Amino acid sequence: MKDFASRFMRNKPAVLGLALLLFVVGVALLAPVIYPRSPFEMVGAPFQPPFGAYLFGTDMLGRDLTAAVAYGARVSLLIGLVATAIAVLVGVTVGGLAGYFGGWLDTVLMRVTEIFQTIPFFLFAILLVAVLTPSLGSVVFAIAVVSWPPMARLVRGEFIRVRGYEFIQACVSMGMSHRRIIFLHILPNALSAIIVTGSLMVASAILIEAGLSFLGLSDANTMSWGYIIGAGRSVLRMAWWVCAIPGLAILLTVMAINLVGEGLNDALNPRLKRL
Amino acid sequence: MLTFIGRRLLQGALIVFVILCLNFGLVQLAPGDAADVLAGEAGAATPEYMAQLREKFGLDQPRYVQLGAYLKRAVTLDLGYSFRFGQSVSELILSRLGPTLLLMGTVLLLSVGFGILLGAVAARHLNRWQDNLVSSLVVFAYATPVFWAGLMLIVIFSIKLGWFPTSGMENVTAFHTGWRRVADIAHHLVLPAITLTMFYLALYARLMRASVLEQSSMDYVTTARAKGLTERQIARRHILRNAVQPVVTMAGLQVGALLGGSVVVETVFAWPGLGLLAYDSLFARDLNLLLGIFFVSACLVVMVNLLVDIAYSIIDPRVKLS
Repeated sequence: MKDFASRFMRNKPAVLGLALLLFVVGVALLAPVIYPRSPFEMVGAPFQPPFGAYLFGTDMLGRDLTAAVAYGARVSLLIGLVATAIAVLVGVTVGGLAGYFGGWLDTVLMRVTEIFQTIPFFLFAILLVAVLTPSLGSVVFAIAVVSWPPMARLVRGEFIRVRGYEFIQACVSMGMSHRRIIFLHILPNALSAIIVTGSLMVASAILIEAGLSFLGLSDANTMSWGYIIGAGRSVLRMAWWVCAIPGLAILLTVMAINLVGEGLNDALNPRLKRL
Repeated sequence: MLTFIGRRLLQGALIVFVILCLNFGLVQLAPGDAADVLAGEAGAATPEYMAQLREKFGLDQPRYVQLGAYLKRAVTLDLGYSFRFGQSVSELILSRLGPTLLLMGTVLLLSVGFGILLGAVAARHLNRWQDNLVSSLVVFAYATPVFWAGLMLIVIFSIKLGWFPTSGMENVTAFHTGWRRVADIAHHLVLPAITLTMFYLALYARLMRASVLEQSSMDYVTTARAKGLTERQIARRHILRNAVQPVVTMAGLQVGALLGGSVVVETVFAWPGLGLLAYDSLFARDLNLLLGIFFVSACLVVMVNLLVDIAYSIIDPRVKLS
């Protein structure tokens, strides 16, 4: 563990990403404390440029953009984490079953995975949210549905790899139950790959959420980054910052998560030569 | 070869079948049925009229009969009628297919071409400034929301500099013909194409870099070097040819994602393709149209994947057709 931490800390981009990510998480947690009023409330004249009375200026309705971006961090991180958690659960289950048991189960599950990978995933997410009517739940569900296939393929590969080791054969010959072998012996060996891919999935989940809410497919009661950009689009000519600033927030957050994910990858797999 | 194509066709048909079943399932999930929609369009309807409508559309039949009828209609490309646009869904989609294919083709060509170039340059100059520059660009491109990149390009190049138009595919009031029209469309194409290319360029550059590095450590490269070939010859004639393969495969697999990405880009630039139609159908709450777009896009992806596979087996005969 100490080894892992020191390896991670030696990776400068990863540390930078971690610092940035911790900052975003801090802002998300503290948003209701710093801005007790609803981010939908008017605070002053509309179209105030940034670095005036308000750090990021105000939008076309005179709402404080700083508060909106802070609350947006809550939505993005929450949706990104929950959707990824569901997708990881589904992906690990499908990939694990396919990789461990093989045979016809593997064939069927992988065919299903392939079909989900062929479908234009963003269109599918749009369709799901549109049919289920936009809400936090339907957005999370849609993102999870389109995100699990890569995880399933990865876990299947890992399970097949670990299954081939001799210590697993020893477990089988000892008469250990499938459940014990899977949870105590194979899964821990596949964990580092799952953690790395999972962390990168959070980043892509945040990007998908931003895209959906940009198109107007978000919960009407939540202030999300994509929603602010979508709403600010019509005043792009007059107030570019309404679109620019939330977009920068998305960019920095996603970049931070990606850097941390790659740092985790290097630190968890020190033997892998970094190409 | 023929059995290979036949099997892939069968697989493609299976995927299309599953997507149609998915579509049908989604319609069942949505609140209300076609009769409700029609009644809504008409303003009001008596319960007797509603029952009559349901009978006419077979909505009073069991689910599996409805599914069968739905599949039959889909196979003949009868995807229903869009009341909002006053046109049949398949006609509507067909009329919007061209602009989307133009945008996607341009993006595919640019991103694969420049991606291969940048990736090869980065790998040849490993850990030097060229490599670091490409890697940093990749990190940024991976984290940038596509729609936001488009909006920022509009702010800089259309609003501030006035170099490119903000939206549309051509200046319809100018009535250009021939080459002037082509030039006009190309002028409109620049910003949307760049927006969408950035992300995929990064993806392919990264893949190409890894692929070149992998090939460089192969035995055949050592052999070529022992033979006395120059590094330039080895890179050009041996490594690059082999390294390009994974990139081409990936490009084929990414077509689905590219179609999805075109929804936001077409929305940002009002590019009159399938993506903008999807956005419009969202606004008009025309679920049937949205389902039709999804179905046609999925068919497009299946077809492109099939073509890539076939092209692949022709380019490289060693690829087993199984």
